Amino acid sequence: MAPVVPRSGDSIFANLEHVNAELFTLTYGAIVRQLITDLEEVDEVNKQLDQMGYNIGVRLIDEFLAKSNISRCVDFKETAEVIAKVGFKMFLGVTASVINWDADGTSCSIVLEDNPLVDFVELPDNCQGLHYCNILSGVLRGALEMVSMKTEVTWVRDMLRGDDVYELNVKLLKQVPEEYPYKDDE
Amino acid sequence: MQFFGGSEISPSPPVPTASGNNGHMIYMFNRNGVCLLYREWNRPLRTLNAQQDHKLMFGLLFSLKSLTAKMDPTSAEKGNLGVPQLPGQGCSFHSFRTNTYKLSFMESPSGIKIILVTHPRTGDLRDSLKYIYNLYVEYVVKNPLYTPGSPIRCQLFNTTLDQYMRGIA
Repeated sequence: MAPVVPRSGDSIFANLEHVNAELFTLTYGAIVRQLITDLEEVDEVNKQLDQMGYNIGVRLIDEFLAKSNISRCVDFKETAEVIAKVGFKMFLGVTASVINWDADGTSCSIVLEDNPLVDFVELPDNCQGLHYCNILSGVLRGALEMVSMKTEVTWVRDMLRGDDVYELNVKLLKQVPEEYPYKDDE
Repeated sequence: MQFFGGSEISPSPPVPTASGNNGHMIYMFNRNGVCLLYREWNRPLRTLNAQQDHKLMFGLLFSLKSLTAKMDPTSAEKGNLGVPQLPGQGCSFHSFRTNTYKLSFMESPSGIKIILVTHPRTGDLRDSLKYIYNLYVEYVVKNPLYTPGSPIRCQLFNTTLDQYMRGIA
């Protein structure tokens, strides 16, 4: 049997069904707007977006693994590369890059120059603490947790607040190996 | 199948054979040992009740995977036997065969295990298992009414799976 070659982000992206980018952006904007109206507190909205992202990430990982044929990454460095080059390309159509590795390879930054979620968006003055794209950090956290990595994902730079790119810091807290789930009493 | 967006992503099922269904049983487990799916098409003998059967199957695979990874002559790192491994790490067995059946196994890095028991002269089913994983993603994971980690109760998934299984040689 021929060895399975992981597919590049571009080829998978080209093969998937696309949804209209504006529809996607405007739907996301409507969700955030509704959350702000319902919850009123910017921190609560951030938390809720993260939770929603987490729920998405938990399911997204299977789709990602199935469509991209990627086998398990050897270490966290490879994981971050795969997320940036294949994952973001496949689902959002943008290529991200990985920078700022720390000394023991457990923390890095993923940089997005282009982000389809924030087209047409400007943050008003009363929402300055809002992480508009916080759903992305939840998605990463949820997806990585399903492959046994507990991580913490935070926003470092945000274009809506005046920076030049979007930068997400991903920090690996620990790897959780699989344990035999049944208790031995039966 | 159209929704995969192209035939090079997953193999199209082979032409159905005249002998009908060659698969005997399929099990799907998640990383916590919950049996997501169990379907049988041809199982003449049942020895244990369903719960025990699932636990036995899961335990068997867990141990076999651990054993095959530890006995790998090409891998550098060898922990002690019984040390838990990350799913998908190290080599994993993909099938075993007895004189009455063949068991094929696939595990994704997210811990989803798919087990197919078929008649002993079946060829390599790794591509079929990948296709079934794709079906799982399309019909189950993307279904908003499905809670991840609970047994699958999706009629459409069952029907499509049955149809695909009828086509496997």
